[in-house]
Amino acid sequence: MLDKAIVLAGCAIGAGLALIAGIGPGIGEGYAVGQACAAIGRQPECKGDVTSTMLLGCAIAETTGIYGFVTGLLLIFAAPRMFIGML
Amino acid sequence: MNVSIEGARIYTTLPLFGGIPITASMVNAWVVMAIITGLCIWLTRGLKVENIGKRQVVAELLVTTCQKFVIGNMGERYAHFVPFIGALFSISALCSLSSLVGAFPATADLSTVLSWAVLVFGLITYTKIKTNGFVGYLKGFTTPIAVFTPFNIISELATPISMGFRHFGNIVSGSVISTLLYAALALLNQAVFGWLPGVLGEVLGGIPFLQLGIPAILSIYFDVFGSFMQAFIFCMLTTLYIANAAEE
Repeated sequence: MLDKAIVLAGCAIGAGLALIAGIGPGIGEGYAVGQACAAIGRQPECKGDVTSTMLLGCAIAETTGIYGFVTGLLLIFAAPRMFIGML
Repeated sequence: MNVSIEGARIYTTLPLFGGIPITASMVNAWVVMAIITGLCIWLTRGLKVENIGKRQVVAELLVTTCQKFVIGNMGERYAHFVPFIGALFSISALCSLSSLVGAFPATADLSTVLSWAVLVFGLITYTKIKTNGFVGYLKGFTTPIAVFTPFNIISELATPISMGFRHFGNIVSGSVISTLLYAALALLNQAVFGWLPGVLGEVLGGIPFLQLGIPAILSIYFDVFGSFMQAFIFCMLTTLYIANAAEE
């Protein structure tokens, strides 16, 4: 019983820690959007190009956050069964 | 309170090659494909050169947008990629949008998006081999120096994985957050109206008032905006990677 509890607790804590990965993309995307706003302010005529490039850049910057999220999902839904099965 | 966050349900298992599970995402993807095919047939019926109808205007608008997107990103000589990118965009967007009608979105299944990503990876590799020749393709891994070969192989394999995981993660995070919000609103509803005395509190606490409007706003962001966004980004990355592969 105790070993299962330890496994579950570890998985839950790990999932919480994995979501710290959300900080990086938040800062990065905020910076990218801020710069895009500045660029549009400077040159309003290239709004379309700047917006599509910014969205693409945001999507790529988001990747690490998504990795963290997927890791969290795996730790909550897949890992406990696997680890308890290994016990 | 019951919060259920589940993957694709397995309907049945085909007794072929040791059992092929038929999941909800496969069924829904096939339904979406049938809808797209039907839409294409419906939109392209009775095309005319003059006096075009409303339907033809919509069809022409869609095709022109797709052509502009592909040619703008990849150049004139990749015009033959227009149907592929259009198909990819429409199935990705409509699969994600199918969550609006309560179906399990096929893009919330890693198998679906990862298979698209593997398809794109195959196209990238094909373009690279076509441009540089097979020897040139293999030599490309040793740039700038031979020591970098393992890293180059890893970065090559990271392309389909990151494309698949990005699409999957975005759609799933939307549905997980919506589910959690629903559960939280139900609890909040009970807490707010449950304080009312007697039968009134029991009756009002049981009716989910707070679940009526608030999730719709989130749903517009996650389901509508997110669906088109991810489809757009997937297609954008596909075009950029293929165009990049041809330039090397």
